[in-house]
Amino acid sequence: MIAMPARLERTQDRMGQVLRGLRTYPMLTAGLLLLLLVLLISLIGPLFVPREGVQVGSAPPDQRPSREYLLGTDTVGRQILAIIIYGTPLTLQIGLIAGAIGLGVGMVFGFVAGYYGGALDHLFRGAADVFLTVPGLLILVVIATTFKGAVSVMTQALVVSALAWMYPTRTIRSQVLSMRERGYVQLAKLSGMSGPEIIVRELMPNLLPYLAASFVSAVSAAILASIGLEALGLGPQNEPTLGMTIYWSLYYTSVLRNLWWWWAPPIVMIVIIFVGLFLISAGLDQVANPRLRRAA
Amino acid sequence: MPLGYLLRRLAVFLLIVWVAATVNFFIPRLSGADPVRERLLQMAAVGGTGTGTVEEVIKSYQAKFGLDKPLWQQYLFYLWDMARFDFGVSITRFPNSVSGMILDALPWTLVLVTIATLMAFAIGSLFGALVAWPRAPRFIHALAPPLLTLSAIPYYLLGLILVYFLAFTWRLFPLGGGYKVGSEPSWSWSFIQDAAYHSILPALSIILSGIGFWALSMRGMMITTQGEDYVTFAEAKGLRPRRIFLRYALRNAILPQTTALALALGHVVSGAVLVEIVFGYPGVGNLLYQAIRTFDYPIIYGVTFMVIVAIGLATLILDLLLPVLDPRITYQRS
Repeated sequence: MIAMPARLERTQDRMGQVLRGLRTYPMLTAGLLLLLLVLLISLIGPLFVPREGVQVGSAPPDQRPSREYLLGTDTVGRQILAIIIYGTPLTLQIGLIAGAIGLGVGMVFGFVAGYYGGALDHLFRGAADVFLTVPGLLILVVIATTFKGAVSVMTQALVVSALAWMYPTRTIRSQVLSMRERGYVQLAKLSGMSGPEIIVRELMPNLLPYLAASFVSAVSAAILASIGLEALGLGPQNEPTLGMTIYWSLYYTSVLRNLWWWWAPPIVMIVIIFVGLFLISAGLDQVANPRLRRAA
Repeated sequence: MPLGYLLRRLAVFLLIVWVAATVNFFIPRLSGADPVRERLLQMAAVGGTGTGTVEEVIKSYQAKFGLDKPLWQQYLFYLWDMARFDFGVSITRFPNSVSGMILDALPWTLVLVTIATLMAFAIGSLFGALVAWPRAPRFIHALAPPLLTLSAIPYYLLGLILVYFLAFTWRLFPLGGGYKVGSEPSWSWSFIQDAAYHSILPALSIILSGIGFWALSMRGMMITTQGEDYVTFAEAKGLRPRRIFLRYALRNAILPQTTALALALGHVVSGAVLVEIVFGYPGVGNLLYQAIRTFDYPIIYGVTFMVIVAIGLATLILDLLLPVLDPRITYQRS
């Protein structure tokens, strides 16, 4: 009976903490709100707009936005509103999967290179540096043209993830280097903890904000790469992802035919996603690095 | 400059070139089937009239890559061809050589990307430095949010928006292409003028969305340099703010920024490739796009290899120049 109010108080406390946190980091808040907006569109949209709209020939071609077709239709008779509602989560999905793989591989490489140093460090850092200077899109083109034909959203995510690990590797490695000599790591070593144990129990928790920030930038980079590939026509041909929509609108020269409602909505969604992710990662940087807070 | 540094940097360049060639060789073979061969067979099956040339292509292709030989030998042959920039012949535009087609397209891309990147770098760095400078005029701070938003848009999507408003709606610029339809590329003054006019919009889309990127990293560097003792000392000496800004803060912040330029080149070129498609600009991006649409694999591999080599060369030059510009950089590995 007595525990109840105490627990309630604690929940309220935590709520207050979160609210205060949101006020301290306006960039993070704004970014989260933007992404929430995108998620809401793809969660609530399906309640009002049927999926058939994304199918070819579900509506008359080249219709301007009207009461019946809120965002108009494209040249092969797909409804743009439905494409946006059902396509946006696919693009986010590609970004999240590829970003997660990129962060996972980057964490293994980064922690091992940073903590153990030596030959492993040379190998992983060298590989990351070489692949960072190379224009990633072209390598992805070579990979994607090899698997031509029916690409699924999942394959697309895997293709993009092939080059999503370098940046996390680099940032995590440099952070680990700066932590390796700290007192608590030395203490853990002296008390007989093994290398992997130190990495997981000592280093990772302390790098959590950095890991979150590098996950967000990995997702953003993966979405950029997948949209770029799709704009070249190398994406899931039968799925209405945002990038494929751009490709088809370029393919059917929508700009020269004044079909602005075809190319403008996907661009707007892409910009909202990128600005949102950028604000979140900048906000997380502020959390991780209090010096930036003063400068902002 | 110590010889060791030079050699190490050259080794990294060769490593990049080797990686590019190896990726091009092994990735297509990972899929089990040989895409070039499949494509040729498919063309032979479809085109009843063109079978004569297809057989010729297959013959030249087989002789060239020694398909009957073991894999490691094929790989060595391949590396040797790459070292001589010999990418074979185009499948769809036989018997045009791939390297010839790339050589025709490369200057367009090089000029566009170099000029646009340098301008974005210069304008963005200056802008970022001013944003971090407490005495900067007020309008600079007002410009920051829109420019940062622009940097979140991929170059080519910004290009699409620019084409719609500046070329399609208001007809200030041509809709696309690298020069007037019907004119032949030449070194005449009128042609160069026309080509420059056609390149304004593609360049503008790279510059506009690049400014925010460079401004952001420059702002970070400026904040660091402003806290340095030598800036405080310069202020205490009573030097003019303008002199402190240009000679003390900016001068020291711009050098790390140049290192960032070397790292960002690959990213910039990836974006520029897509810009060319939006504008139908006659550079390697468009060549690549046409090749992807027709599955002309030798061109895809050739373009990839050449662009990677070009970027590797550019970063090599930047890396060799940097220690000359900035005495703080040591040659030793950290």
